[in-house]
Amino acid sequence: MAYRFDFTSLWDYAPVLVHGVATTVGLTVAGTVLGVGIGIAGAAARNSASRPLRLAVGAYVELIRNTPFLVQLFFIFFGLPSLGIRMPEWAAAVLAMVVNLGAYSTEIIRAGIDATPKGQVEAGASLGMTGPQIFRYIILGPAMGKIWPALSSQIVIVMLGSSVCSQIAAEELSFAANFIQSRNFRPFEVYFAATALYLALAVLTRWILARLGDRLFLKGAARA
Amino acid sequence: MLEFSFWDILSNLLLAARWTVLLSVIAFVAGGLAGLLVLMARVAPVPPLQRLAKLYIELFQGTPLLMQLFIVFFALPLVGIETSPWTAAALALTLFTSAYLAEIWRGCVEAVPKGQWEASASLAMGFSEQMRWVVLPQALRIAVPPTVGFSVQVVKGTAVTSIIGFVEITKAGTMITNATFQPFLVYGLVGLLYFALCYPLSLSAKALERKLNVAR
Repeated sequence: MAYRFDFTSLWDYAPVLVHGVATTVGLTVAGTVLGVGIGIAGAAARNSASRPLRLAVGAYVELIRNTPFLVQLFFIFFGLPSLGIRMPEWAAAVLAMVVNLGAYSTEIIRAGIDATPKGQVEAGASLGMTGPQIFRYIILGPAMGKIWPALSSQIVIVMLGSSVCSQIAAEELSFAANFIQSRNFRPFEVYFAATALYLALAVLTRWILARLGDRLFLKGAARA
Repeated sequence: MLEFSFWDILSNLLLAARWTVLLSVIAFVAGGLAGLLVLMARVAPVPPLQRLAKLYIELFQGTPLLMQLFIVFFALPLVGIETSPWTAAALALTLFTSAYLAEIWRGCVEAVPKGQWEASASLAMGFSEQMRWVVLPQALRIAVPPTVGFSVQVVKGTAVTSIIGFVEITKAGTMITNATFQPFLVYGLVGLLYFALCYPLSLSAKALERKLNVAR
């Protein structure tokens, strides 16, 4: 007997999907803002004069980039409570995303900083600017502009990767899909719909980040 | 009650690591071959083929690996193919790998100067001859470091297959945690095992990149 596709039963669960999409978006926004913040701090630390600090940040970046996100998530959610650090599912999901994106964006932003012409830094120093001032006003803006496309791709990857947060019962989109298919027994249709929603989210995220990049960095680039 | 020593935990994780390695190798090799086909379609001078390959790449790069796994896992039975976590994991990871590698390699092919295409065309070479004798040999040199680098993503991707019940390191870790109630130790070890697999790959990708840059 041939299988009959039936997407109509999904309509009854539309609110569940909407809740899932909203949670995925929320996790991604929180993870991105904090993660990129850590990335900027990490990139600054990797260029700092302190060798132990540079080594510590380097170890953090390599450790995170060479282990799966799912294992990082499990370690945070199941492992850390042994040390008395307990948190709700959504907080563990956000923390894992922040730690993960923080490592990748440290590496990406550092590449942008390395591409800053030395003469600009020297020019800043000759104007009497301090190290942090040079970083804030001369290095950071153009560096972020240069690496924005790479950072945007990484943010999309983190958004898609957040689908495994369903495994610690964070109620995001793939959790919603698991929930629905356990009720209507139509896994193929449910996962197909969830996948289409993820694809739409990925396209939308790329579009928004591209607009945001133009807004933030195009002016500076035109002046340079 | 049964007691688990540190050695019991580690040896069981190491046994499970075989399947992580095997799945990674299968996905990487099969994905590489399939990726080569997608690459050909992507750069061939046939617009419909190019668009199809582009769509394929966009689909896999724009959706989570977890959803790809679920769809393969639940779709294969619909077309009458008996599926196991093994086959679903291998197939989904192969497709995932092929899309990413095709996109990486497209960049390498496009980095070959246009004059090389024109020169070989002026020698009356067809598309496949141009690819075989002129473009691919040059693209290959640039392609090695990012390809090795991507293998890290494949190894890490295998962790997601634990969710459809494929027993590799992560799934073994979950099962051992359920028996030992020592999540901190077990997931810490799981992380270190992945690091031991991935870090050498990352390092060699970096070393290859440096070597190639010096040669140029």
